[in-house]
Amino acid sequence: MNGFSIADCTTVNAALSQLKDGAVVKAGGVDLLDRMKDGIQQPDRLVNIRNVAELRGIRETDQGLTIGPLATLAEISDHPHIREHYQILADACGHAATPHIRNMATVGGNLLQHVQCWYYRSSDFQCIRHGKDLCFAFEGLNQYHAIMEYSTCPSVAPSSAAVALLGLGASVELTSAKRGKRTLGIRDLYIVPDANPTKFTVIEPDELITAILIPKPAPGTRSAYQKYGEKESFDWAIADAGVVLEMDGDICKRAVITMGAASPVVRRSSQAEAALVGKPINEETARAAGKVSVEGATPLSQNAYKLDLFPVAVYRTVLLAAGKMDRDPSAAG
Amino acid sequence: MTKEPIEDAITAQVAAPAKKTVQMPVGVPGYTLAEESRSVPATEPPVWPTNKDLKYVGQSIERYDGQLKASGRARYTSDIQLPGMLYAKFVNATVPHAKIVSIDTAAAEKYPGVKGVHVIQHVLGNAELRNPALEGQVKYPVVRYAGQPIAAVAATTPYAAEEAAALIKVKYQAMPFVVDDVEARHPDAPNVFPGAADEAGSAGGGGGPNDVKQTGNVHGPSVHKHGDTEQGFKDADAVVEAHYVTQVQTHSALETHGVVADWKPDLLTVYASTQGTSGVREELAGFFKIPLTKVRVITEYMGGGFGAKFGAGNPGVVAAALSKKTGAPVRLMLDRSEEHLSVGNRPSSDQVLRIGAKKDGTLTAIHLLAYGTAGCGTGAGCAGPAQNLYQTASLHTEENDVFINAGPGAAMRAPGHPQGAFALEQTMDELAVKLSMDPIDLRDKADSHPVRRVERQIVRESDLWKSRNPVAGSDKGPVKRGVGLAQSVWYRFVSMGSNAEVRIHKDGSLEVLSAVQDIGSGVRTVMAQILAEQFGVPPSQISVKVGDTTYPEGPQSGGSVTTLSLTPAVRDAAWQASQKFLADIAPAFGTTADDLVLIDGEVRSQSGKFTPISFKRAASKMSSSQIAVHAKRVPDYDPKKYLTYGGVDVAEVEVDTELGRIHVRRVLSVHDCGRPMNPAQTISQINGGIIQGISFTLFENRLLDPKYGLMVNPDLEQYKIAGSREIPEIDVRLVEAYIGQSSTDASGIGEAAGVVSIGAAIANAVYNATGVRVRSTPMTPAVVLAALRTQGKEMA
Repeated sequence: MNGFSIADCTTVNAALSQLKDGAVVKAGGVDLLDRMKDGIQQPDRLVNIRNVAELRGIRETDQGLTIGPLATLAEISDHPHIREHYQILADACGHAATPHIRNMATVGGNLLQHVQCWYYRSSDFQCIRHGKDLCFAFEGLNQYHAIMEYSTCPSVAPSSAAVALLGLGASVELTSAKRGKRTLGIRDLYIVPDANPTKFTVIEPDELITAILIPKPAPGTRSAYQKYGEKESFDWAIADAGVVLEMDGDICKRAVITMGAASPVVRRSSQAEAALVGKPINEETARAAGKVSVEGATPLSQNAYKLDLFPVAVYRTVLLAAGKMDRDPSAAG
Repeated sequence: MTKEPIEDAITAQVAAPAKKTVQMPVGVPGYTLAEESRSVPATEPPVWPTNKDLKYVGQSIERYDGQLKASGRARYTSDIQLPGMLYAKFVNATVPHAKIVSIDTAAAEKYPGVKGVHVIQHVLGNAELRNPALEGQVKYPVVRYAGQPIAAVAATTPYAAEEAAALIKVKYQAMPFVVDDVEARHPDAPNVFPGAADEAGSAGGGGGPNDVKQTGNVHGPSVHKHGDTEQGFKDADAVVEAHYVTQVQTHSALETHGVVADWKPDLLTVYASTQGTSGVREELAGFFKIPLTKVRVITEYMGGGFGAKFGAGNPGVVAAALSKKTGAPVRLMLDRSEEHLSVGNRPSSDQVLRIGAKKDGTLTAIHLLAYGTAGCGTGAGCAGPAQNLYQTASLHTEENDVFINAGPGAAMRAPGHPQGAFALEQTMDELAVKLSMDPIDLRDKADSHPVRRVERQIVRESDLWKSRNPVAGSDKGPVKRGVGLAQSVWYRFVSMGSNAEVRIHKDGSLEVLSAVQDIGSGVRTVMAQILAEQFGVPPSQISVKVGDTTYPEGPQSGGSVTTLSLTPAVRDAAWQASQKFLADIAPAFGTTADDLVLIDGEVRSQSGKFTPISFKRAASKMSSSQIAVHAKRVPDYDPKKYLTYGGVDVAEVEVDTELGRIHVRRVLSVHDCGRPMNPAQTISQINGGIIQGISFTLFENRLLDPKYGLMVNPDLEQYKIAGSREIPEIDVRLVEAYIGQSSTDASGIGEAAGVVSIGAAIANAVYNATGVRVRSTPMTPAVVLAALRTQGKEMA
């Protein structure tokens, strides 16, 4: 790790005023310090926002829910209102990483973590994400990589929280000292590597996430998220699924199906959603949705097995959301 | 594994020591317990009864240092801080195969805080050419793997050391490389060495044979034969053959390799994370050409070894050299990446195993053709189980090491055996299916070991085994349950360099000293228990001093030798000290030594000359301030008997056939280790072996990028290792198996402890669940789904 200075801030304004000259925001420090220790990011200056009280907290509003970006994954997954009305988010935050990390990691930092591709994370490989010419995964070891929607870089979206927030139609409020506030949907937060491989999000160096806004779910909404890994404890997803169902009696009125570990940026599967809308939720329809969730996938040399996993993740999570199946003991965490 | 079966030549020349004949318990209580006579040195203590009649030995006494470790007060090597200590950092090769043209250290030497730079002239651990001339004159060691240490920097802070190390410029002349072991066997593959090369084993084993031929990268075969296998397969009613592949596993101990070296003119003191204080001392004294008396090695607490921590190694030698150069203590602890790359691993295996048997299960032939890679080292042989677990009319094993450009292998917990048993015990399971025999009946026929026979009986009667559905793959639904078993074998190695000193002080306090290091197996506690048993005082009152070469030489902890080698020396010293003590105090009580006995913490007169008095009060009558007795290990009483031991492990799994995911639910582990000295500690080692074995079987995998020759997962995040949720309910049944070999009759457990057999037990359980065999590890979803798909089609 390189040497650096750190500015400790206790207010949003103080933090914003420090965001200049290449300074990097540090919240929980979980992913940032990993990147610094791995030598793939070497900032001279960190701005510590962990003690900014106004960025903490989870508040119910008339429109839904406002979550401070410094809320920890543990706080979110333990929150009674979230557990009751936003199960998908409680699931995603509650099954990330380990209990220790969930106590430290903030939801804002979780959304902004970089991909886990081992080539990107190694200072021995200077890949396209670091502004060089090569992606090493295409011809190298790619068992954990993407099966769809990649052409430049097949690393996969690392944030479970993003899979849930995309499902809930959440947005992110960004604030800069110069330009004020702007609000973006979760999908618009991320830059696909085909557009710009060296940038992961649209957040500018002088911007902070100041709130995460989740609309109130329509009546009859049920949701769930499940993640599958090679291990149960402390593993990254090899397949995952977020499901939000708006039910009208037995019939599914609206469905949102989201996936993380399939593509470089979190995605919705419109095919899977279409397979459910207007139908009752049962094993047959859930499996049909699972099957089409990998339509058009183009696996790499070592990850065709994911074509088997995602349909299972989707169908079991659809049934879990609908209350027709217990939480899957095979799901991680 | 230290093998010193022959007594010192000097001992042989003096008159044979007086002997006495004793009766000893032999066998398993409740099953086969009987008495056998042994002729033993007259100085040996009385024979202990079985554990049920002992007060402290054989009891689950609380781990002597458990609270210190759990509360963070135990000082490990990585906790050592000395005044003026410098921090050292290695510079490691960034390419997998190269000659080093030049090393420019100028910028690093000028960097603020840097006190010394050392360039490695002789790298340790790699195999070495039989004929070094083949490589010509090289200025620096040839780089044979990415991560090989090249130089090191010592600085006043770890940050300065790291930053300065990055400034050292190494110019490489790149050479072609190979990191795939199958590709490396090809005649056209780049050669890791220009000729035959060998790696010496350590006190923990490892290393390959040095008398075999080498063709390209293939070092071998090492051949073992008995009988005529061609005839054996002709005689067979059933033959099974299959191909098995296991991956490279790294040791991944919690505490990485490292030392703090403090070079003073009169003494080099080294705090080392090691499994053998004496081996570190020997290597440093040899390397720097200084007397053994000028080197002191200290290992108070040890954060895990598993076979890779013997000798000073590159970290020890480099830290000592930097300390000598700078005149300050130097700390050199590896980081996690270095730990994966440069200090050992369990070699891979690629085995074709063929077994023939008669209808009744009698084995007629075993043939094993094995390849495996220990990187740029040797030691991938894995025929131990095939050679030693079963009786067979004929046997032919061929073991080959395959060199690749990766870090050298090292002994790792039962070297070769988890790999070998993975193939052997699955093949036996398959043979049982083919012969329509129960897997336990087949083993009863083919395995004559008397203790495993008892262990199989315990398994047969267990609820877990009874719950096994003998029809494979019969569960409905996507999640299928299965139960499978496998056996293990390990060997009785004795380290004769095992000594202890027992001191009785006039205040009644008791002390036992040995240079032995407690690497977590709990030998400290066991030493206290032995003195407690002898003197009748609670173990907590015994002072135990270990992990320091200033004490009498102790065994190095490899090959499961520690407890079985050292405890007889401790007991002999305690016994002889007690006899000396009684003789010393007898005059003060107006009697003679033969009238006195020491029982339950009291000195008693057998003739009733005085009412019993406490040991402590009796000690105050000692004629001097201290009685000290040094004892060394007496050879095994009957070294031709009971040479192997082992166990039977049963796994219950659930296989999610849609996801290819294996969940190990329960494990029943039935094991023997002679007299269990402290059952809780023994069980703890077996728990550890099971967990490490599950981790090997399902998760761990050193992954090397084939095109660049670099490890892509040198951490504990993408190098996946079992966590708390992967650990099943483990039921250990410890079998007391007396063998009449020493004054304590202890055996080892570290290697036999489940790690050998659990992989095959899981694989056999997966077969029982699904009807499909998974013949490669780690059994990830990708691997299991592929097996289900291809074999499912064959079945349909």
